Amino acid sequence: MGIGLLHILFVSIALFFIGVYGFLTRRNMITMLMSIELILNSININFIAFNKFLYSDKLDGLFFTVFIITIAAAEAAVAIAIIINLYRNYKSIDIEDADTMKY
Amino acid sequence: MSIYEILFWFLTIMAISSALGVILSRNPITSVLFLIVTFFAISGHYILLNAQFLAIVNIIVYAGAIMVLFLFVIMLMNLNADVEPQKGRLLQLAGVIAGGVLFLVILAALKSATVLPLEKTSSDIGLIKNLGRVLFTQFVLPFEISSVLFLSAMIGAIVIGKKEETKNPLTP
Repeated sequence: MGIGLLHILFVSIALFFIGVYGFLTRRNMITMLMSIELILNSININFIAFNKFLYSDKLDGLFFTVFIITIAAAEAAVAIAIIINLYRNYKSIDIEDADTMKY
Repeated sequence: MSIYEILFWFLTIMAISSALGVILSRNPITSVLFLIVTFFAISGHYILLNAQFLAIVNIIVYAGAIMVLFLFVIMLMNLNADVEPQKGRLLQLAGVIAGGVLFLVILAALKSATVLPLEKTSSDIGLIKNLGRVLFTQFVLPFEISSVLFLSAMIGAIVIGKKEETKNPLTP
């Protein structure tokens, strides 16, 4: 029994849903952002695994991963700027405290 | 068991257990450190999947840049992290159901899938020479557009994160 595509997909699915669970249940905004990074990385594993096992003579999956890493870096910078701004206004990074637009 | 399988299972256990550590630990700094371990395990998976250049990029960008940003922000905010209250039981149950049901569905769909046999190719397809050649011919447009994305993200982060000097510019 060798390591096939299904084993790698299992790793990626497990990481994805750990990220989804963390995103839904944590209240700390920084931890929620870390859950999003976890989700993006599980998608990267999928792209590279499909690239190797299905189209191993092409490089398209690798470039999708490169651009996902690029976008994740930009997203993390902007999201952290937003979190710092919220922290200045509300003096906490609890997601439940930022409720000005809720009512 | 070959060395490949041993490495695969070791990296898998490392990735999943440290990802659980990210979610379950109370202290945000512990979460960040667990997340760095997760990224190293994922980079190991990339090397096993013949994407050596991406493994290095993953370590440099994620563990080197993004995680340092996270750590600095957490330390700047001086969080009293041990008293973070949890969301209610109902919402936690909703998280388990929402995550778990889709997980089971995809796992069941994967079980009945047929897997094509892996054809043997050269293992140096993920090296920087091949990647660079394709990146600057076939993917040159998205590559250039991503520089515009970075510029706008940089300006956006500065504008959003800037401290406002006065609330109303008319009053001194």
